[in-house]
Amino acid sequence: MKSDIILSGVGGQGILSIAAVVGMAALENHLYLKQAEVHGMSQRGGAVQSHLRISEKEIASDLIPEGRADIIISVEPMESLRYLPWLSENGWLVTNTTPFVNITDYPDMKVLIAEIEKLPHNIAINADEIARQVKSPRSSNMVILGAASPFIDIPYQSLENGIKKIFERKGEKIVQLNIDALKAGREFSEAKRN
Amino acid sequence: MEKLLLLGAEAIAQGAIDGGMSGVYAYPGTPSTEITEYVQHNKTAVERKLHSQWSANEKTAMEAGLGMSYAGKRAMVCMKHVGLNVAADAFINSAITGVNGGLIVTVADDPSMHSSQNEQDSRFFGKFAMIPIFEPASQQEAYDMAYEGFELSEKLKIPIMMRITTRLAHSRAGIETRPLKQENKLKYPEDPIQFVLLPSNARKRYKGLLGLQSLMEQEAERSSFNTYYPARNKSLGIIACGIAFNYLMENYPERKFPHPVLQLGQYPLPFSKVEKIVNECEHILILEDGYPLVEEMLKGYLDKNSKIKGRLDGTIPRDGELNPDIVAKALGLEVKIGKQVPSIVANRPPELCAGCSHRDIYNALNETMKEFGKQKVFSDIGCYTLGALPPWNSINSCVDMGASITMAKGAADAGVHPAIAVIGDSTFTHSGMTALLDAIVENTPMTVIISDNGTTGMTGGQASHATGRLEEICIGLGVKPEHVKVLTPLPKYHDEMVKVLREEMLYEGVSVVIPRRECIQTLARSKKDVRVKVEEVVK
Repeated sequence: MKSDIILSGVGGQGILSIAAVVGMAALENHLYLKQAEVHGMSQRGGAVQSHLRISEKEIASDLIPEGRADIIISVEPMESLRYLPWLSENGWLVTNTTPFVNITDYPDMKVLIAEIEKLPHNIAINADEIARQVKSPRSSNMVILGAASPFIDIPYQSLENGIKKIFERKGEKIVQLNIDALKAGREFSEAKRN
Repeated sequence: MEKLLLLGAEAIAQGAIDGGMSGVYAYPGTPSTEITEYVQHNKTAVERKLHSQWSANEKTAMEAGLGMSYAGKRAMVCMKHVGLNVAADAFINSAITGVNGGLIVTVADDPSMHSSQNEQDSRFFGKFAMIPIFEPASQQEAYDMAYEGFELSEKLKIPIMMRITTRLAHSRAGIETRPLKQENKLKYPEDPIQFVLLPSNARKRYKGLLGLQSLMEQEAERSSFNTYYPARNKSLGIIACGIAFNYLMENYPERKFPHPVLQLGQYPLPFSKVEKIVNECEHILILEDGYPLVEEMLKGYLDKNSKIKGRLDGTIPRDGELNPDIVAKALGLEVKIGKQVPSIVANRPPELCAGCSHRDIYNALNETMKEFGKQKVFSDIGCYTLGALPPWNSINSCVDMGASITMAKGAADAGVHPAIAVIGDSTFTHSGMTALLDAIVENTPMTVIISDNGTTGMTGGQASHATGRLEEICIGLGVKPEHVKVLTPLPKYHDEMVKVLREEMLYEGVSVVIPRRECIQTLARSKKDVRVKVEEVVK
């Protein structure tokens, strides 16, 4: 079992909480994990990514080689495309469709979505909208993780347990809101796949 | 045993705590910041009351660490690579004084300059100081080296350098911890003049350091961090330093190396192991995440040993960090070519946060400078360096901590008028105070803008030594009180800011303008903390 995942987004959008939840879930399943993240300057509204590797065998490199990622999980649509060189031939791209526009030359949304849909295995999800629908507007990143969950080789329940551990000090209500968001994302993906 | 999921930086902190450290001394700097932050919040560290407050800069940190070692206790000093330039005087001399309690100097390098001004390789400094260097390949090794490092330091009576790079510092993995050691008791050095580097004593101590070199090498020969992997195909031998070993393993899963490999994690170089691989292999590929230090040593100067491959002969790019693909190409292995990035993907550089006070300052400064002309603003290291980018294009320099003030002074001496410095509050107390004193002594006509957001922002919001004492510092140094002006940087005070800046620029002497408003990142965080606390109370 092995999942090599690229997480992407814009600094401050919370890709590290996705990484933390998957990390907890990996630990629960006694898997090896390496997760390289970006700190410092680019966290200020710039493009950020994290390489997350899970495996039942010892993991060598903290960085995923090009063309080898099983999944790109992106909380921002344009950012999902920036890391395409890492995606393997049969890899999945799971991305939010809500753009984060802080630059003047942001591409046209229609063109952007068309680029995403060119990929044979893609899930494009309006995570912000779904998060609002399940009354958890601040949990769009968990919606995305839920949407990606069918492609990650970890039992779904472990991801919920991961949320419990990561958010437990913020109280039960926050935990439940994040679990609801995760579930909604997963349902979206499963419906789209079937 | 349950594993801890830790960043490489945090693994070093945990290793140091478990290894009996009594205090950590540091100034924040990416990618080293998380070491000290971890100690600040770790339960054992808090219970043991280990020292973990930030220092004013890396030099004061290095000296305080040496002081703790003088008193017989174990200390760690942490910094980013360029911080070691600041601490260099104390660092180099600490090799001559030697230590009493174990002392580890952890330096985090940033190849590819993810968040730095250069990609200097600290191993050169370690070699320069003639002390042992640890270079971990994994988070577990980082933990183990910190844990064992104090004992090696005490055995050799020499400080140890721990050198890591960004990728290890900021990558998480599971760590197995070891039993918690007792802290050392207070114990004065046996020799009361060990730390007195008067020439007569320094010469003796330096000879002692030279005499220790062979012992350090024996330690490296024996070290479990320097491992020789024999293999049949001797057309190539590979020396992999630190994290480069991971990229090598990525290309040869489960350590099934077709060629002999020497994994290097402890310096000075283990002579017999290096000699063996060089003698038995036709070519040698050297993988190092940084400058070609080992490569230069093995290649020689006039000899130009062509059997040595690496960054110097173009087998590997001369600059930038390593990755599994670069290593694969150097080994002649096949590399997968992924999909291309569509041309519509635009660059997204970092930017000042919405609502950041630096934005208002640059807006006011730009308007003021319309009257005075371009290219007269010197700046410094911090979030506000982003003022060099559009839409502001406000600043013309960013070199090293504190340089804004001294460069403005030099430019003013040369006739630039008005000469402006823009510096942050934490950078000012790091290295700007002595710079300001130079200007005060000569009453140089210049305006220093200390943009005070009450924190060390770029590294994530650590406490700033300047908070609550900036005006007193400036006046105490000798700035005339009527030329220390405090402003509130908000759009509604724009005109007033422009007016004050203009007046001070016209003044023929040193003036300090302090626009003061809390960093919106730390502000948001403290509000969030309040909300969580309220929720906890309600529960």
